[in-house]
Order: sequence, then structure tokens, then C-alpha cells
Amino acid sequence: MKPIKFILNDQPVEAHTNPSRRLLDVLRGDYGLTGSKEGCGEGECGACSVLLDGYAVNSCILPLASVEGRHVTTIEGYAKTQRFAVVKAAMGDEGGSQCGICTPGFMIAIESLLKKNPKPSEQEIRTGLAGNLCRCTGYNMIVKAVQKAAKVGEGLW
Amino acid sequence: MKDISRSVPKEDHEEKVSGRALYVSDIQMADMHYAKTVRADRPHARIRNIRLPELPEGYVVVDHHDIPGANHVNMIFEDWPVFADSVVRHVGEPIMLVCGKDKQIIQSICDEIVIEYEDLEPVFDLQESVVHKSFQKGDAAAAFARADQVVERVYETGYQEQAYIEPQGFVGYLEGEKKVTLIGSIQCPYYVKNAVIKTLACDPEDVRVIQAAVGGAFGGKEEFPSLIGCQLAVAVHKLKKPIKIIYEREEDMIVTTKRHPSKTTMQAALDSAGRVLAIKAHVALDAGAYIGLSGVVLSRAMLAVTSAYTIDHLDVKGDVYLTHTVPNGAFRGFGAPQMIFAIDMFMHHLAKHLGKDPYQFRKAHQAKQGDRTATSGIFRDPILMDAMVEKATSMSDYHRKQKDYASPDVYRGIGMSWFLHGCGFTGSGESDHIKAKVRLRKSDTDHVYVLVAAVDMGQGAKTTLKKVVVETLGVPYNQVTFDDPDTDAVPDSGPTVASRTAMIVGGLLAQAAQTLKETWKRGETQVVEKTYRQPEFVIWDEKTLRGDAYPAYSWGVNIVEVSVSPVTYEVKVEKIWSVYDVGKALDERIVLGQADGGIAQGVAYGYLEVMRHHGGHIQHKNMTDYIIPTAVDMAPTETVIFDNPYALGPYGAKGVGELSLVGGAPAVAMAIEQAIGRPIQKIPATPEMIMELMRDETH
Ligand code: FES
Ligand code: FES
Repeated sequence: MKPIKFILNDQPVEAHTNPSRRLLDVLRGDYGLTGSKEGCGEGECGACSVLLDGYAVNSCILPLASVEGRHVTTIEGYAKTQRFAVVKAAMGDEGGSQCGICTPGFMIAIESLLKKNPKPSEQEIRTGLAGNLCRCTGYNMIVKAVQKAAKVGEGLW
Repeated sequence: MKDISRSVPKEDHEEKVSGRALYVSDIQMADMHYAKTVRADRPHARIRNIRLPELPEGYVVVDHHDIPGANHVNMIFEDWPVFADSVVRHVGEPIMLVCGKDKQIIQSICDEIVIEYEDLEPVFDLQESVVHKSFQKGDAAAAFARADQVVERVYETGYQEQAYIEPQGFVGYLEGEKKVTLIGSIQCPYYVKNAVIKTLACDPEDVRVIQAAVGGAFGGKEEFPSLIGCQLAVAVHKLKKPIKIIYEREEDMIVTTKRHPSKTTMQAALDSAGRVLAIKAHVALDAGAYIGLSGVVLSRAMLAVTSAYTIDHLDVKGDVYLTHTVPNGAFRGFGAPQMIFAIDMFMHHLAKHLGKDPYQFRKAHQAKQGDRTATSGIFRDPILMDAMVEKATSMSDYHRKQKDYASPDVYRGIGMSWFLHGCGFTGSGESDHIKAKVRLRKSDTDHVYVLVAAVDMGQGAKTTLKKVVVETLGVPYNQVTFDDPDTDAVPDSGPTVASRTAMIVGGLLAQAAQTLKETWKRGETQVVEKTYRQPEFVIWDEKTLRGDAYPAYSWGVNIVEVSVSPVTYEVKVEKIWSVYDVGKALDERIVLGQADGGIAQGVAYGYLEVMRHHGGHIQHKNMTDYIIPTAVDMAPTETVIFDNPYALGPYGAKGVGELSLVGGAPAVAMAIEQAIGRPIQKIPATPEMIMELMRDETH
């Protein structure tokens, strides 16, 4: 079997495994990156979000083969960035995380959203986060956190 | 003195945003094995025969034959089997576990298992009452006899699924020869421990239960995990390997407990001035296949019968019915949302029936300090509802909008609910059954450990309980540690349910911290324990359901504004305003977070979340079919917290967690009712239902 080569959290890796496996399983099982969560396994909740070439995708519905030659960034990799630090602080200040199971996925979705649109309106934030489900917060505190991160981190995205 | 409400950083924020928090499925162990549950595919049948394929080395099946102790889950009502033996009573009922090293091999074993059944007649209607309760206040019969008129309405509510984003799961392993350790996504470590002890028929020291990070629970991880824990403990003993069991989303939605569908019949005796003299109510709950906690859920529903109103004469009855469907159980609110929907809509409908202004009508029946509660106890503490209603109506511009939206062709509406929630266990539950105990341990380096069984499932228990200890001791935050509970280390401070954690566990911790502070000896190991004692004024008779059902009540007002599409009848929630009295917020940001999350679930219960079964098969079994709100569906909220310190709560705190859910459904239903000009007596008020209502009356 030909290995799948890709860049994982800025490191080149070769995955010697069945290329039809779900990216989520490979990340969690083979690389021990358990920050990406499985909430539904069917592309509905966004808990498994990772950045693929900088934008959020659901890793539970992505076969490993489709990341060949591309950049995959998980929450573990993103957590090392300055942009993460800004979003983390904003989420803390606004109370955007409760049980936390959705939170790594939201962090990834927020990064993706701000990269596309560094100054989103409230409506754009809501639409941008509509692929991620949170059962604890009712979202408003997350929306406020994004507004705050965009402001505090102006120029970072 | 510093205001306790001022928010502090959430204890677990760092590990949760960075993905480092370990949820049960993240736990890795050497030689990990896995388990999958083989389940019934029909609602009611006798198992005739089970044919197993030849099992490869290292693979086992585990079923009721392997249980050394009791084949039922230790709960309030002990009718729920750990594994089905000869008869299955609902689709998805567990029959056995298949365990081994490789998930694919486990799956192929499951695929090859053949179960022969003899089908039995299933029951889906509410026919067979297995729990009946009733209570009276005053003399309802006499009031009905002298009534000017009697008005009756029936209210119905559907299933609601907790839909925590982290499905259920456990890891189990043996420590030594016979001690089994279970790490799980759970609300109640000691419920699991006590259930496993019965199932294994073992000594208490042979079971250890540890809480992993919990990815949402909402009641769904109150009693159900005891079932998985018992199954896994038996499997761990048989296989003698660490085993992980994680439910898939679809499995979780089909087989775990949900909010009970209900049907409530309300009758009011009205006098000639249009005042409610008396109410007769009957609430019917569909328990599904086993009773489990349903009797307790029924109590809470019945006790909420008059919610935030005072009615002098009551005749209240309730029944729990068994059907061949998935067992229902705990869900934030625990019976109260069903009843509060019924009573608040009923008061609104009575006013309309009488041609009165619903706001004035409800005002005239509002509960006041000193009034008798539904169960003839007393509302002892100040009730701030006048000011709270005033605040809510002014910030939402309620009265103007009421008028502006009166015409049916604007398709806009605004609805208001007001309600209470009893804090803590019903009646004498705390003193008779739970007997909560907390412990603080100080090391010889003067570091303090908070030892309680309270679980942080997102509601911020770690942050608020630790804060109570830190503030009482007057030490820095880094001098106190609160680890996730482990039954080997913490006393049984009771389950994390019933909005009891802040008030009861927090109250005991405040006392313990005070004692520790007063007896503090530098450089010495010290242990302080406190055990719950019922306040002496609380008098409760469990048989007649009479007296003070709760030591304290939290209060709330919700206002919801909606627009309804005249074409598709789709409902859009425009804005939500809330005012709450939770005694004193132990942390403002956390309370506001509970407020937002609770109202999101409560409002969605009223109009969005649809779950049904067909012939006992759940039809909405994944996140695509069962719709919960997204960031787009959820409306902006504005929430105000009133201070009304409760003398016996820590820093004045009462219950928070459930209060913000219970009023959502009637508020949104009343708003929709106004927008469409048709009465709503059933939730969720879906576009299909609205279409039917519109059709019915225009033809
Ligand atoms: S787990 Fe991937 S979208 Fe839910
Ligand atoms: S914080 Fe619990 S699901 Fe979002």
C-alpha cells in the first residue's frame, strides 16, 4: 500500500495505512491527536473539525487519501499559534465554552471564519458557525467571543 | 466584602479550548479492548434462540448468564434489566456485549449472530399505569360544586433528546484480581458504583468509579450510565482486559433515555368574577419499557402544577404508563417542563376564554410570599416576581408589541412565561436517601483538596464550588485543588442533578471551609467533613405529598418574540429576554451561560425538536433527522439576574441549572399562538402542526 504523505501540524508525515480510513480515526488513533472529537460521525456537528490548507473541514467524513500533499492542522497544532491565544482569551472572557466537547471544533471553525472574513458581522458569524453544534451554550457567548477576537486580534487575520 | 458573583476564569477553560481535556473516548490504555452491544430489533418479543458464530480466540460474548448478582440496574424503581433474559420490551434493548481486541472482528461477530424471536403484542398507548400518585390542597370538590363554570383543556408534549455532543461511553479495567475500575462520562459516580456493586454482588471496595471530562449530560447521564457501567463491569471480569465502549450517535439516540412524552388534562373551576377557584389536573407520562426514575419525574411534574401561581384548591393526579418503547428518564427540568407548559398555556387560555387580558389575569393569580404552595407548604422567602415581570416586560417592550401583533396578518407574536423551579431533591429526598457528605482535606503544605462527588459537565461546578471554598478560606486559587471525582477518593456528596449542586453541595462546602478556617493549623494535615441536615422548618409527608416539597424555589420570567412565515409556516425566533432569581449568582458569567444554554433547549423543545417513534422504532435517530438549534436558529438573548439571597444557600445561592429551561416552551408557544391566531396545546409547534391548525379553522 502506498503511504499517504501530508503535512500534519507543520510536520511532514507518511501514513502507512488504509487510505480509505477516516481522517479523524487516523489523527486520533495513529497520531494520538485526540483534540478532534467525534460527536456524530456524519458531518453534522463539527466536533471533528480540522484545518485543511487553512480552512475547516469535518475530518469524520474525509478519507485519509484526500489529504495527500496537503496541510492538516488539528487543534493541537493550532494551539501553538498567536491567533489561537487571542481566540482562547476571547472565549474565556465571553464564556464560550462549557462542557468543552464542541470547543476544539469551534476554535477551528472560528479560525477558518476569521481567515475568510476578518471583520464578520453578527449574521456572518452565525452563518459561519452554523456547521458546528453546541448543546451547552446556546451560541450567543461564542458569537460574542468571535466579535471580541476579531477586534482584539485585528491585523492577525 | 468582594462580590461573589464577579466572574473568575473557568477552572477547566485552558484544557478544553486546547483539546487537552480527556473525555472517555480519548483515554488510551495498553492492550485496550472494545465492546459493542447486540440489541433487540423489535419492540416486544420472546427470545427463542440465539445462535453465535464460532468466536475467535480472545473474543467473548457477555450476557445475563454472566451476571453474578442482580440482573437489574439499581435505581429508584428496580425493573430495568442489565441484559434482557427471555423477553425484550423495546427496540434497542441490550441482549449481550461482544468484546475483543479488533473493532472490525467484533462487528463481523455481531453481524453473524442470529436471534430468533417470537413476537408478542406491543403496547404503545397509555393503558397500563404502573405508578399512580395524587395529592389535594384545600377542597377542590366543593370549589367545583360551587363554580360558575368549568373549563377543560388538554396539553401534550413530545419526546426531547438530550443531544449532548459527546455520546455515552466508559472505559473499564481490573485492578488486581477482583477490583473493577470504571471511567465514564457520567453525572453521578455513586449511582454507577452502587449499581455495579449490586450487579456484581461484590464488596463496595471492589468497585471504583472515576469521572472523565463530560461532554454534556443534561440528565442523559444521570441514570443511563449505570446500565452501561453494570454491563461493562461484568465484561471486564469475564475478559480480564481493559475494555472501552463508546456509543455511536445513532445507537445513543435510539437507546438512551429521553424526556417523557406527556399528556396533561387541566380543569379549572371559575367563579362569576372569572377567578380560578380550583384546578383539577391529571398528568400522564409515557415511561417507555421500564419505570426507572419515572415515578420521581412524575412527582416533580405534579408538584409544579400551579407553577408561579397560587390556587387555593387543587386535586392533582398523575400516572406513569409502560409502553414498548425506549425507556425515558432524566432530562434537565425532570417533569417540570411538561407541567409548566400545561399550566402556563392553561392560564393564558383561561383568560382568553373569559375575554380577559391574559397579563392581568395571570397577575391576579400570581404567587406571593406567605402563600401556600401547591402541596400546602409555605413560600417562606421573598418573591420578587412583580419586579421581575416589570423588568422583563419593559426591556422587551412587551405591552406595546402585544398590541401591535394582535392582528393575525402581521404573523409576529410575543409570548411570556413565568415559573418557578424547586431547588434540590423533592421532599425528603436529600435527608432520607442522599445524606450528602463533603470533605475538605488540607495537606501538611497547607494545600486544600475539595473532595466531593459533584461532576462538572459544563455547568461550571468545578469553578463555582472551588470558588466557594477559596473565598470562604480567603486563600489564593492555586492553594485549592478540585479534581474530577473518583469514588476511591471522595465521599458521596450525592448525584449531580436536580439543581442541587450549588445550593446543597456548595452549602456544605461553605460550612466545611468555615470550620477549616476556624481550626486552621499551619503545616498540619487536617480533614473536615460535613453532612447534610434538612432545615428544621421543612416538613414533608411523602405518602400524601403534603408539606414543603422543596427548601427553596428559584423563579424566572421568559419572553420570546417570533415571526412565522405565512407561506411555509416556519418559525423564526427573533429575540429572547429573561429575568431570573437564583438567590445569588456564585459566578455571573457561569449563570448567564446556564441561562443561555437552558433557554436554547427550552425554546427548541417548544417549536423545533421533533422526535417520534413508529411501531417502537425511533424515527429521528441522528443529528440530521433530530434538529437542535444552530447558531443561526438561536436568537440573541438578554438576561438579567436579580439578587435575592437565600439564607441557607452558600453566599445566598439557590438552584440554577434547570430553571432556565422550564419556561422556554410556553413562552415560544404563546408567541406562535399570537402570530398565527390559533391556540397551541401541543408541542413542538412544527410547521406541519401550524399548517393543520390554520387549515382546520379557515375551512
Ligand atoms: S463528528 Fe464529524 S461532524 Fe460530527
Ligand atoms: S460547550 Fe458543550 S457542546 Fe458546546
